Amino acid sequence: MADDSTIEGRGPVTTLATPIRLDFDFTPGIAQSVFLRGLARGRFMGQRCPKCGKVYVPSRGSCPTDGVPTTEDVELANVGTVTTYCVVNVPFAGQSIEIPYICAQVLLDGANLSFMGLIQEIPTDEIRMGMRVEAVWVDEADLTPSLASVKYFRPSGEPDADYESYKEYL
Amino acid sequence: MAERCAVIGVGQTHHKAKRDDVSIAGMVREAAKAALADAELTWSDIDAVVVGKAPDMFEGNMMPELYLAPALGAVGKPMLRVHTAGSVGGSTALVAAHLVKSGIHKRVLTVAYEKQSDSDAMWALSVPQPFAAPLLAGAGGYFAPHIRAYMRRSGAPDHIGRMVAVKDRLNAIHNPYAHLHLPDIDMKTVEESMMLWDPLRYLEACPSSDGAAAMVLAAEDSLSGGYPPAWIHGAAMRSEPTMFAGRDQVNPQAGRDCSADVYAQAGITDPRAQLDVAEVYVPFSWYEPMWLENLGFCDLGDGWKLTEAGATAFDGDIPWNPSGGVLSSNPIGASGMLRFLEAAMQVRGQAGEHQVDGAGLALGQAYGGGSQFFAMWVVGADKP
Repeated sequence: MADDSTIEGRGPVTTLATPIRLDFDFTPGIAQSVFLRGLARGRFMGQRCPKCGKVYVPSRGSCPTDGVPTTEDVELANVGTVTTYCVVNVPFAGQSIEIPYICAQVLLDGANLSFMGLIQEIPTDEIRMGMRVEAVWVDEADLTPSLASVKYFRPSGEPDADYESYKEYL
Repeated sequence: MAERCAVIGVGQTHHKAKRDDVSIAGMVREAAKAALADAELTWSDIDAVVVGKAPDMFEGNMMPELYLAPALGAVGKPMLRVHTAGSVGGSTALVAAHLVKSGIHKRVLTVAYEKQSDSDAMWALSVPQPFAAPLLAGAGGYFAPHIRAYMRRSGAPDHIGRMVAVKDRLNAIHNPYAHLHLPDIDMKTVEESMMLWDPLRYLEACPSSDGAAAMVLAAEDSLSGGYPPAWIHGAAMRSEPTMFAGRDQVNPQAGRDCSADVYAQAGITDPRAQLDVAEVYVPFSWYEPMWLENLGFCDLGDGWKLTEAGATAFDGDIPWNPSGGVLSSNPIGASGMLRFLEAAMQVRGQAGEHQVDGAGLALGQAYGGGSQFFAMWVVGADKP
């Protein structure tokens, strides 16, 4: 049985700061491989649920709502809508993008799930919900099976999407 | 028929930016000893220990419950670890309560903690992954877009978030354990603080704290301690996937279902009228109006109106976070348990200067991850 003498009455605690890093291998599985291989070709690939018809990007291989495998691959548009966003102005260890930057939820045309995207080529105070954006890819020689293949999104020049058209994705 | 279960002891550390005088083991032991003292028990009276904390990667200690067993008097006793991200302090208390309600144990010690100064939570929450762009800047970066969506959806004016930031910090002045004591805070200082994750400013965000919380839960035939027990009237957990098409990230289904369950158990049909006080996980100011709606304290879209009218202030009709809440102390893993613990303190009449007069029924709520984990309990002064 622990009694107080096991902890109390010892000397002061000493601490040591050590560098922090994390190396890992990532095994994406079948569904995410479709998405990642699409990125290596400069395409957004998703999967459709055979029951509800919703398109997931990236797909995890099943529909969380219906509990069935998503087997139909769907190629999505290069353009989408900013559903919501924030402007990040916080420095942190390992940060790879200069602050301030716009971190947006982008709903690609044809998809039923938004994902996080960087918005550039626009001042941070001009971003808005409903803005139409397009993906800008790295040079073809630099494409890899990773979202690093997408440099960022930028305004497409189309009129803003109506709030009613994306409010269910908030 | 489940056994009745009550909180008979509570303990917490003074939450601070850096507890460099203790290790994690010393810190959790401090809270546990305070809870045992409050229950007028010793280590040998405890049947089992349930421990919770946020992801192990924060401090880099994998399965820390193993090394904490001696410090918590758990050697040779059943010990469980709970993982539900930021809601874990609440879930941990609920797992401990299940062990009593099921009749398996008579007295269970439950402890939750975080030592943020030993960690880099921002880094741990923002590790690059091939299927995601490296944009996520900690929890604030995740939640700020959902806050913006709430503002758009409800039409809430900008000053609501600042009101919550001021209210909770002024409440914290009356809580000696709170990390932040900011007596001079006002709407202007919040508005002038640095914009971190637009629309969220520095003073609208929780601090980064070291701290631990502990409670002793007991069966009806094993009560002790100088304060009356806080009886558990309802307890529930719910979760949902982080990403699915049509997910309502502002007002998650799991939160609505969890509160419906806990209210049904506690016989609550009108939470604003029937509850006397609520301790709710509000790490960013706007989560007060958002959770007011999610928890059914008002109609959809009206949460900000309750905040604006002062309903949730210390002298309002339904005080929220009289302790100062997560906005004033955020030892992440412990933050959820502190909500549960503060609810218990209120109905036991032991909250001191932040005691809500005559509090008889209180809600404790915690959420975590990408708003996909929820844990709640309702505790009361009267036996259920």
